[in-house]
Amino acid sequence: MQMHDLEKIFADKIATEIKIEPRDWMPDAYRKTLVRQISQHAHSEVVGMLPEGNWITRAPSLKRKAILLAKIQDEAGHGLYLYSAAETLGVSREETINELHNGKAKYSSIFNYPTLTWADIGAIGWLVDGAAIMNQVMLCRTSYGPYARAMVRICKEESFHQRQGFDILYTLSKGSDDQKTMCQDAINRWWWPSLMMFGPKDADSPHTDQSMKWKIKRMTNDELRQRFVDMIAEQVKVLGMVLPDPKLTWNDERKHYDFGEIDWAEFWQVVKGYGPCNKQRIATRKNAWDNGAWVREAALAHAQKRKSRTDTHPSQNAAAA
Amino acid sequence: MFSNIFYGKNYYGDFGESGATDTDQAGKENKPGNDWPLWEVFIRSKQGLDHKHAGSLHAADAQMAIENARDVYTRRNEGISIWVVESRHIHASNPDEAGSLFDPANDKVYRHPTFYDLPDAVKHM
Ligand SMILES: [Fe+2]
Ligand SMILES: [Fe+2]
Repeated sequence: MQMHDLEKIFADKIATEIKIEPRDWMPDAYRKTLVRQISQHAHSEVVGMLPEGNWITRAPSLKRKAILLAKIQDEAGHGLYLYSAAETLGVSREETINELHNGKAKYSSIFNYPTLTWADIGAIGWLVDGAAIMNQVMLCRTSYGPYARAMVRICKEESFHQRQGFDILYTLSKGSDDQKTMCQDAINRWWWPSLMMFGPKDADSPHTDQSMKWKIKRMTNDELRQRFVDMIAEQVKVLGMVLPDPKLTWNDERKHYDFGEIDWAEFWQVVKGYGPCNKQRIATRKNAWDNGAWVREAALAHAQKRKSRTDTHPSQNAAAA
Repeated sequence: MFSNIFYGKNYYGDFGESGATDTDQAGKENKPGNDWPLWEVFIRSKQGLDHKHAGSLHAADAQMAIENARDVYTRRNEGISIWVVESRHIHASNPDEAGSLFDPANDKVYRHPTFYDLPDAVKHM
């Protein structure tokens, strides 16, 4: 079979909504794009545990602590589903994680912002998970099979994340004056970074066009961002709070909310590594990885020792069936 | 036989990718490195149903694979039974040969009940 035949088979599959599976032929650039996007997504799930982990020991009640733990555990799972999807494209787990640690791979910039008060945990669930869900719902229809399947699993788990966040803020919004102030303050600090999660404007997003053609992405950054604004602008009313954007107004012609300009200088600064917590986040991840090295090695050595024992005494294994 | 092409070098060329690695992954096999072995996880969601592929994970041995699978794939009562098998033990048909592999089934419409036109008088067949 000639190269252009393979290319045509691939293009036909994309055109007719047939998923691409790991062993199917695919253009190398498609594979590279997926590896970059999926591993970046996986890193975001994992690094995303850190700002929330900051509040596990200080959650205001046992109930809130249990919920937060469950939420963070989900995020670890999401990281795993995505790392596994990346592996189907021929990169090892170790390589992928090394690229996070040495700065070659990125993760969502939102996790470079600090969690200063308990209300931040509410704002993260409501806004950050809310924004992530917009993106992930779209990715359930992405053209690469393992990525799409991981997304379906993730989306099933995400809706509780957003609800528990909203629930935290809702409770605060019904509380004392101090609690209301805390609630509004968290919304003020997390709103703009949440909008940045959708990435640069379409005009400044070099990968969007090709990704749309390959159906890796099904909606553009700006389309998703607009959907998010429309959703949150309504929900914030239920909290009796406001979004920190004087330009936010309903546009009856467009049937969408208009909103102000994102501070792109801040966006690029955080992407490039100069956000409030970039160094700390990577240092924490590296630390966890390095401190866990002896456990990984010991578990492997133990498994090999046990295996060599059962290999010499196969009868011990007979009951395994 | 096309697996080499799968790793083939930048067919569409690289398109601008700031911060991306220069190391060319083409031709490089999925090197084991220091990763724990990879396992495939199959879950039976309820009694009476087949085990179904749920995903994969790394673990040092089968017991750890089952315990980790419990933690990642059944946190919301998705399963009552777990199978794990080391991924390297799975043999798969080649997708590029799917045409010829499944060809024998293509021209045998008479295997389907809809192939047969029955008289209207026949009920419940
Ligand atoms: Fe997640
Ligand atoms: Fe989440």
